[in-house]
Amino acid sequence: MSLLQIDNLSVTFDGEDGPVHAVNDLSLSIDKGETLGIVGESGSGKSQTAFSIMGLLAPNGRTDGSIRFGGQEILGAKPKVLNKLRAERIAMIFQDPMTSLNPYMRIADQMTEVLTLHKGMSKRDALAESVRMLDAVKIPAAKERIRLFPHEFSGGMRQRVMIAMSLLCKPDLLIADEPTTALDVTVQAQIMDLLGDLQKDFNMATILITHDLGVVAGFCERVLVMYGGRVMEQGPTEPLFAEPTHPYTRGLLAAVPRVDDEDATMKAIPGNPPNMAAPPEGCPFRPRCAYAGEDCRVMPPLAPFDADRARACHRPISEVTA
Amino acid sequence: MSPLLSVRDLHVRFPITRAGDMPWTKPRFLHAVNGVSFDLEPGKTLGVVGESGCGKSTLARGLIQMVPATGQVMWRGETDLLSLSPRRMKPYRSEIQMVFQDPLASLNPRMTLGQIIAEPLRTHRPDIAAKERRNRVAQMMERVGLLPQMINRYPHEFSGGQCQRIGIARALIVEPKLLICDEPVSALDVSIQAQVIELLKELQRDLRLAMIFIAHDLSVVKNISDEVMVLYLGRIMEKAPKAQLYDNPQHPYTQALLSAVPIPDPVAERAKKIVPMTGDMPSTMNPPSGCVFRGRCPRAQADCAAVVPEPGNGPHQVACIHPGPMQERELTTAR
Repeated sequence: MSLLQIDNLSVTFDGEDGPVHAVNDLSLSIDKGETLGIVGESGSGKSQTAFSIMGLLAPNGRTDGSIRFGGQEILGAKPKVLNKLRAERIAMIFQDPMTSLNPYMRIADQMTEVLTLHKGMSKRDALAESVRMLDAVKIPAAKERIRLFPHEFSGGMRQRVMIAMSLLCKPDLLIADEPTTALDVTVQAQIMDLLGDLQKDFNMATILITHDLGVVAGFCERVLVMYGGRVMEQGPTEPLFAEPTHPYTRGLLAAVPRVDDEDATMKAIPGNPPNMAAPPEGCPFRPRCAYAGEDCRVMPPLAPFDADRARACHRPISEVTA
Repeated sequence: MSPLLSVRDLHVRFPITRAGDMPWTKPRFLHAVNGVSFDLEPGKTLGVVGESGCGKSTLARGLIQMVPATGQVMWRGETDLLSLSPRRMKPYRSEIQMVFQDPLASLNPRMTLGQIIAEPLRTHRPDIAAKERRNRVAQMMERVGLLPQMINRYPHEFSGGQCQRIGIARALIVEPKLLICDEPVSALDVSIQAQVIELLKELQRDLRLAMIFIAHDLSVVKNISDEVMVLYLGRIMEKAPKAQLYDNPQHPYTQALLSAVPIPDPVAERAKKIVPMTGDMPSTMNPPSGCVFRGRCPRAQADCAAVVPEPGNGPHQVACIHPGPMQERELTTAR
């Protein structure tokens, strides 16, 4: 049984101009200790997927489908159930570490609160455990620095504090939503390295949500590519990067310049991302797709092919070019 | 050929006041840009890279007197821009235009697209008649890929990529010789980023624009630049023609920066060697003595604390007293 199993998840927001379908018919599963990357541009629905797992959707959001964690249905579960789960088994880190830490509380108080509240530890044990965790995320002089306030840390150090805090209860699943987007490349490399080590040490399943294909390439075993609220292609990282079959995946990979490439060429995808309030009929990528035809006016199902791969496309590239 | 822009020993200092300072307290300074020199030829692109807080945006602002700078900024070998009064600077402002990072925030939300693009013309070329102005706006819109029917719409109706096109049109309507782009694509999605870069390159070719392209993304800078300058704590660490800087970096900081860039290829990314670099950038308020990078440098030795290395002259400048390619033993495997 997989650790997290999402079946036919849909997320809809009731807006002033009618409903907005942020996520459509998304299914995924992740096993214990596995790393999964969800890649997509802004508005692709990747963050809303994560928020639905955590029960953190905005009040006007509606969900449909099923999310099971360890066999237990958690979509629409009571806050009490969710709180327990969020405390002990699922943790999340966010993009901006400054806004996710409480600026009025010392790091020590924020961290020990987690342990005293959820684990019923004494203040003293909680503090010792917190210091140990700050050491684990390689914050120098953790014992002294735990007394500081968030603003006294740099961006990279704050993200380390966030990671330490999320790991306090030894979660089974960590959801990292753009954890390094606000950081410089050198710090990003340090944080991703750290996350990789911790993921192995704690044997945590990790969902990494990002727009950066390079980060996914280094970190994840499997990748899910999203566009316009739908999964376009999914599969193990290496074959997906080596032979992308969905026109969007291929376009995305060609649009990213590579620093190890002679001229760092980048090939643009024409057009603009879909307006999610009035999405195109059928495949959301159709208006920008070079291979699109009339049949693309009907959304293709996510069909499996090869070993463990799947794509939602009527005209995948392997068939078009063959 | 004389350079379009010739910058010598540019410094930008901000006075810092702190709680408890008295009027007679000696002011402390934050030295944001520290002795930067470079030349820029017409039609060429200088890429400026570095981590946040390295002074790359302040450098751009210093050049055009948006922040007080000292040193020399020679325009076409004739005029020192820093010596000009705001009034005498004005004609040069139409020659040097800027494109900013946040495409939506840099557009006035209460003006229509047409008004936004026409405004620099009204300011700098009031002699142009309204009809001619409308013509030029229409031409420029077409040039940057905006549709004519969009002219009466407001910025919030556009996506990020389209807003950046508006920003570019506004900058180019006065026919500048130099375009300063401060992180023009970092707020955009990857697929849109490539569109804007292609547009900038095409416009540069057709209009023979010189560009200063500021970004933290080293791959994008590699794509668009002829020459690249690496800044750290307000100082030039390394400056070289693109091919040399990327293929044969000499400064440990450049090497560390390049090795940290993730490669969108699982095989290459997992096999690559990275230059180990610890800690964060030190505060600009009290930089370390000697080389500013020595605290994080894997190659730092005792003599690095004693002297401030100068980048020197010539096409490939390196501000390091132990330059050279990284040795195998100095590298660590990524994962």
